[in-house]
Amino acid sequence: MTDTEPQKDKQKIKAAKRMREIMTAYYMDAMTARENNKKIAWITSGGPVEPLIAMDIIPVYPENHGAMIGASKMGEDLCVKAEEMGYSSDLCSYARADISCAQINGGPIGGLPKPDMLICCNNICGTVLKWYEVQARHFKVPLFILDTPVCHTEYSPEIATYVRRQIDDYIVFLETATGRKLDPDQMVQVGHLALKGQKLWQKVLTTTTHKPSPMSAFDAFFFLALIVTLRGTQTAVDFYEELILEMEERVQAGISSVPHEKYRLLWDNLPVWYQLKWLSKKFSDHNACLVADTYTSAWCSSIKYIDENNFLDSMAEAYTRIYLNNGVDKMADQVLDMIRLYDVDGFVMHSNRSCKPYSFGQMDIMNIVREKTGIPVLMLEADMVDPRSFSLSQADTRIDAFMEIIKQKG
Amino acid sequence: MQEITPFHTAINDLAGLAAGIHKNSGKIIGYMCSYAPEELIYAAGFHPMRLFSSKSDISLAENHLQAYCCSLVRGVLEDSLAGRLGYLNGMVFPHTCDSIQRLSDIWRLNTNHGFFADVIMPAKLNTPSARAYMKDVLKKFQTDLETAIGHSIAPEDLKASICLFNRIRKHLARIYELKSKFPSIIREKDLFAIVKGAMVMDRKELADRLENIVQRLEQKDPSPSSAKRIILSGSICDMPDIYSLIEAAGGMVVADDLCTGNRWFEGQMDEGIDPLEALTARYADRAICPAKHSGNTLRGENLVRLAKDHKADGVIFAFLKFCDPHAFDFPYMKDFLDKAAIKSLHLELDDQQQGQGQLSTRLETFIHMI
Ligand code: SF4
Ligand code: SF4
Repeated sequence: MTDTEPQKDKQKIKAAKRMREIMTAYYMDAMTARENNKKIAWITSGGPVEPLIAMDIIPVYPENHGAMIGASKMGEDLCVKAEEMGYSSDLCSYARADISCAQINGGPIGGLPKPDMLICCNNICGTVLKWYEVQARHFKVPLFILDTPVCHTEYSPEIATYVRRQIDDYIVFLETATGRKLDPDQMVQVGHLALKGQKLWQKVLTTTTHKPSPMSAFDAFFFLALIVTLRGTQTAVDFYEELILEMEERVQAGISSVPHEKYRLLWDNLPVWYQLKWLSKKFSDHNACLVADTYTSAWCSSIKYIDENNFLDSMAEAYTRIYLNNGVDKMADQVLDMIRLYDVDGFVMHSNRSCKPYSFGQMDIMNIVREKTGIPVLMLEADMVDPRSFSLSQADTRIDAFMEIIKQKG
Repeated sequence: MQEITPFHTAINDLAGLAAGIHKNSGKIIGYMCSYAPEELIYAAGFHPMRLFSSKSDISLAENHLQAYCCSLVRGVLEDSLAGRLGYLNGMVFPHTCDSIQRLSDIWRLNTNHGFFADVIMPAKLNTPSARAYMKDVLKKFQTDLETAIGHSIAPEDLKASICLFNRIRKHLARIYELKSKFPSIIREKDLFAIVKGAMVMDRKELADRLENIVQRLEQKDPSPSSAKRIILSGSICDMPDIYSLIEAAGGMVVADDLCTGNRWFEGQMDEGIDPLEALTARYADRAICPAKHSGNTLRGENLVRLAKDHKADGVIFAFLKFCDPHAFDFPYMKDFLDKAAIKSLHLELDDQQQGQGQLSTRLETFIHMI
């Protein structure tokens, strides 16, 4: 109808369609696992999925489901239900939504397929430990915990030994749960694919160093799902290869995510799932593109620790040294690196009521960033799934004010 | 009871207490979690002192921690930034919850109290690899302390420290035992003072004083009490008012499952084995805190057992607002109590909170109902 529409179509990333198909097929697979004699493991987003893939166990991610719940704006309802069950409204909204969803099979896809086992890695938070205990009681299935001590200042030899030993415990747990042995060749194969997938994901993300950026963090939030859920599969590798090609084409053709990109921003913390559209438009209206974020890059933040030829040994370190499991000063260093790499003009921090390990320490990071780079920093109060902690009008005014400062500087 | 007066004095003037310790050339290491290995701190010649929030208004800590952080973590940071913890010569952070985890970083980056150590305990405690790691971590902490003092901790000193803490624990356990048997034997506010005092006072003096109290209590001929028997369960309970209000409402605390209570002092250490082994066994086997994992239903079972053993009429859950680990366990623990027909009440507390009126009404209603 309007003459901007063809332009809009051009801006759409074509791979999105393929990505939706893959995710649908993945969920179909999971939903019909029982009929196909396959086991299902629920696993945390930062959890070691590769041995599951190698053993043909279908991994299911309650956090990915939480994101879907948030994006489909079903978060409030499910969170309220959890509160009626006695869970405080101050708890992580992924956990609240998932806990109530498991009871009533609610949510956008009618609940997740029931788990045969639970795999919890606490490299992201202590919340998952408690959350998975809740689900272990509810489903009465075995729970494996990969305990990855936080690296405040170092990855100590004590930590290394402990986590490495648990990788063995983990394999034994899986072999007991399935009654099958892990095939070492299969494991090597999956290890290769996992590393390859992560490198490709990193490459996808760094395409946004180009000016103007061919995609935005909002796209990254969407395309992230595969590196989380299908890490270690050929499907993920193939898809990201395709996506990179498309990004390169866009760069060649000068297609940008934000039509008149003038300002480049970095985002911190989880997305505000139920306001993605609004936020994306809001920034775009200011000709600002969120070119990168600390969240989606967490899935490739420890590539450097992975030894392709010795995957099981090195995964202990890789899983322990992810972004959130570091000290605040280390996190700040990574933020500074990103500010330089993506050449951004401002930093937007989502102070996320749900996520204490991500949000506490943010103010220190903010101060460090201000001091070292001088770029403006905005802190938005919200929550990734529960809309009751977000005020649209307040965010609107604050983003305008923030962009005003950036424009004056620029 | 006059034997309890020094405990009240100590907790009412922590800075004064600290000054006294400094005068005897003692050095103070602070901690905020019952997993802090006090035996090692003490054996290294330091005075271990548990920190509580002074409950002052939060202003400086606002620049580091958002409002959705528990009042203990915000409060203690505020105290440090405002200069109220000048008496500290160091701080140790055992790994507990996400909030403490980040407080440790913020503390390291923004405060200057001398010695600093993270004791990154395992989060799960029920596997051989976790126990081995626990021992490694204690060993590492010992090395950190030794580096700070410039010499190694003599094995005899560590043994002596373990014996001293065993003595303290034994007396505290005995006081609790008597309190459960004869609830009126000691006032609620006095029980509070004894436990809190025990976490801050000079440990040698403490062991003697506790012994005196036990002796005195054993001689007492307490009058029978018709008060309702209450168990407190939760995180830190640094509100003397709660104890007094329970008493005023016709209840008596006969046992607890608190971080500042039974969970901190229960159990004895084996004095006959390698000290680090003994420490490991105790910290791995004691009643667990909800930030740790040892089976999925252990805490619920423990609480029901505690309630039955002490013939409790009711359980009061007392957590700080924004405390995730406790809030996650609450529904299932309440469910366990419900199934055992034990009544419970849930209080969400805030260190900064004023206004006892509502609290007192809720306690009265609950105690009358059970
Ligand atoms: S959002 Fe934060 S608290 Fe919730 S599961 Fe993720 S890392 Fe944990
Ligand atoms: S009260 Fe809860 S949130 Fe606060 S420090 Fe203790 S365990 Fe952590």
